[in-house]
Amino acid sequence: MGRGGATTFQMDLANADCILVMGSNFAEAHPVGFRFVMKAREGARRGRRGRPMDSSRATGTAGYHPEPGGRAAGSQPEEPDYLRVETGLRSWLTTTDHKRIGVMFLVGVTASLLLGGVFALLLRLELLTPGRTFVDAMTYNRFFTLHGVIMVWMFMIPSIPTVFGNFLLPLMLGAKDVAFPRLNLASLYIYYIGAAVVVAGMIAGGTDTGWTFYVPYSAQTPAALWPVLTGVFILGVSTIITGINFIVTTHTLRVRGMTWHRMPLFVWSIYATSIIQVLATPVLGMALTLVALDNVFRLGIFEPELGGDPVLYQHLFWFYSHPAVYIMILPAFGVISETVFAFSRKNPITYRAIAYSSLGIAFVGFLTWGHHMFVAGMSAFDVGVFSVLSMLVGIFSAIKVFAWVGTMYRGSILFATPMAYLFAFLFLFGIGGMTGIAVATTSLDVHWHDTYFVVAHFHFIMVGAVITAFLAALHYWFPKMFGRLYPERWGLLAAALVFTGFVLTFAPQFLLGNAGMPRRYADYPQRYQTLHVLSTGGSWLIGLGILVTLVYLLWALRRGPIAGPNPWGSRGFEWNTPSPPPKHNYRETPVITHGPHEYFR
Amino acid sequence: MGKPMPMGKPRLEVHFEDLEKQAHAARLGMWVFLGSEVLFFGALFGLYASYRVAYGELFRQAAGHTDLALGTVNTFILLTSSFTVAMSIHAARQARPRAATALLALTVVLGAAFLALKGVEYASHFREGIYPGGEYRFEELPEGGARVFFTLYYFMTGLHALHVLGGVGVLAWLAGRARREAFGPLYDTPLELGGLYWHFVDIVWLFLWPLFYLLRESPA
Repeated sequence: MGRGGATTFQMDLANADCILVMGSNFAEAHPVGFRFVMKAREGARRGRRGRPMDSSRATGTAGYHPEPGGRAAGSQPEEPDYLRVETGLRSWLTTTDHKRIGVMFLVGVTASLLLGGVFALLLRLELLTPGRTFVDAMTYNRFFTLHGVIMVWMFMIPSIPTVFGNFLLPLMLGAKDVAFPRLNLASLYIYYIGAAVVVAGMIAGGTDTGWTFYVPYSAQTPAALWPVLTGVFILGVSTIITGINFIVTTHTLRVRGMTWHRMPLFVWSIYATSIIQVLATPVLGMALTLVALDNVFRLGIFEPELGGDPVLYQHLFWFYSHPAVYIMILPAFGVISETVFAFSRKNPITYRAIAYSSLGIAFVGFLTWGHHMFVAGMSAFDVGVFSVLSMLVGIFSAIKVFAWVGTMYRGSILFATPMAYLFAFLFLFGIGGMTGIAVATTSLDVHWHDTYFVVAHFHFIMVGAVITAFLAALHYWFPKMFGRLYPERWGLLAAALVFTGFVLTFAPQFLLGNAGMPRRYADYPQRYQTLHVLSTGGSWLIGLGILVTLVYLLWALRRGPIAGPNPWGSRGFEWNTPSPPPKHNYRETPVITHGPHEYFR
Repeated sequence: MGKPMPMGKPRLEVHFEDLEKQAHAARLGMWVFLGSEVLFFGALFGLYASYRVAYGELFRQAAGHTDLALGTVNTFILLTSSFTVAMSIHAARQARPRAATALLALTVVLGAAFLALKGVEYASHFREGIYPGGEYRFEELPEGGARVFFTLYYFMTGLHALHVLGGVGVLAWLAGRARREAFGPLYDTPLELGGLYWHFVDIVWLFLWPLFYLLRESPA
């Protein structure tokens, strides 16, 4: 962290404490604060507020008090944090600690991001020149299939829920662990097994169908498809288990005082995500099982010559895979909410709108799958209905974007790396969202369907948003997870690289698609080359940015300056415990007396 | 989730406040899992509905070739087994472990009987040349729609049979634990969850039965 940044933060902490002291004056003028003070007084009457905050744990957060349990914090021996409480490989592999499981998921999804990224770079390299650049068309097909499958199922869907959901959900709820810790460990193993099966299956089987596995091609391709589909099915099981665990945790393990409307907004978004995971993933599992059986045994459920209907596969596939887009984006929304409050030092401008719009998206997301199939043979009426329903998502998303920007207004912005990624997110998500409304318009979609315009749209909205949110989360909670600070200047540099690279890669693809370049082709006419070269150059910038991030984070893991419990001066509940947290998260069971994100500005 | 000690005493896991919340979490988890299972089968019911609209007449004719008697007997067997598993939970709550064990064992036997009858039914279809998918060679109804009907029939009843098999395994394990007096008035969570799962399997069959047996046109 740069010197300037550190000073700002200390001043902010000091300010925060002052404001706290003046809390009761503030209360008269401000309904939210008033509610907090009322709650705090209630708490005091019940004798929960007896002891002033221990200075070693003073984190500038009001209303989150350890319960006076008779044991003074000072008399306890220093408890080792979750990373040091046990050591050795065995203690990691058999742990049921949600924080360790989160860290182990972080390793897996980061490896998947790098692997999927390598294939992205390779396929962009092939597209540098028209005709053959360095691989033939068949290999190119395998590259984009590997890229898509790895990125979608091994990185984007599990990334934020499994890593940060696992790590933070119990911390944010004041719980000691998730509801089913052993199932949680099982989901980790199932994820790794599924990932291994997917990668091995694709390389051995030469899968060339693209990540959507559309029939009839997938029923007839000579490539062995069942190993990949089995792997994706296994990954789906892991997703479902995680979803069940998070839903039950949110319902049953909220600490005393943590009402639904005091839950941090990250919890809301993880909760909404989990609902989609649990309800949509089984449908995908079933669709993929049927395709695998079609491919191996000629079951023919989607094959026209055996009486089947290939379009039904698309319905089943997108019934899952469209909500899957929200499985990816909703946790990103949660991260962005947390980041914007912490780095603007401001209360959310509207808590309920942000929370409920997550649920709204989760609900409407189930009703929009048909917009992938406007040209696949659908009645004009259905097309119209799906078009309108798809545009509804834009309303919920816009509510969120305006709420975040409104929160920043007159905030005291701390421009650290997570905030930089937040700005990148807003830009990429804004462009992606608006082009989304455009492709939901049926007449335009007929022109853009299956072109680079769609590729650019979904990379902006889901990849751009998920990667920037993932990196924002990684930088924001890195001190919480590992107790050390990353180098701020390098962080900002990498953020600039990733953002510039992203825009450079995908903005030209809008133009390519509009000019008629179809997706998934290894070859193209000469006139598209300039835009393809720009796009490939952009992909190298993203790669460089990710590589820089990887290097300095690995450095910071060992050598970064010690962070202290709350380096950002955040009011998030999870910052009330030491960083890294002890094994059971809080030394004493906390009691919540006010909502999250209350900065009293 | 706790490993119970004899006499049906539950153990409180470290991250739960009290036993009531712990049991509530386990029940909620099971319900959410069942919700997920509903969607798992739901994909297939969606396919069935769609193909039935496309091939109405052929579906009715094809359904005429499933064994209505065996299907109906199996329905009674499964409904009875749901009753016995519910009774076993009742017995456990009344501190009658021997009755609970016996009722669970009876449920297991009924589940196995269901699977056996299902096997008999499949075998008789195979003799007629009714196989799923590309292997289908039933001369009376050669069209694609009938083929799709039987593919769905095998796939959906087969998947259901796998669930029955899993349920039988779980109930047998629960019967073993009940025999060692693991459940009582204080602790019946695993028994309750196993019972919930078994009822779910039963309910799925209650949808399969009309779709594949009752909505039929008798062969002329």
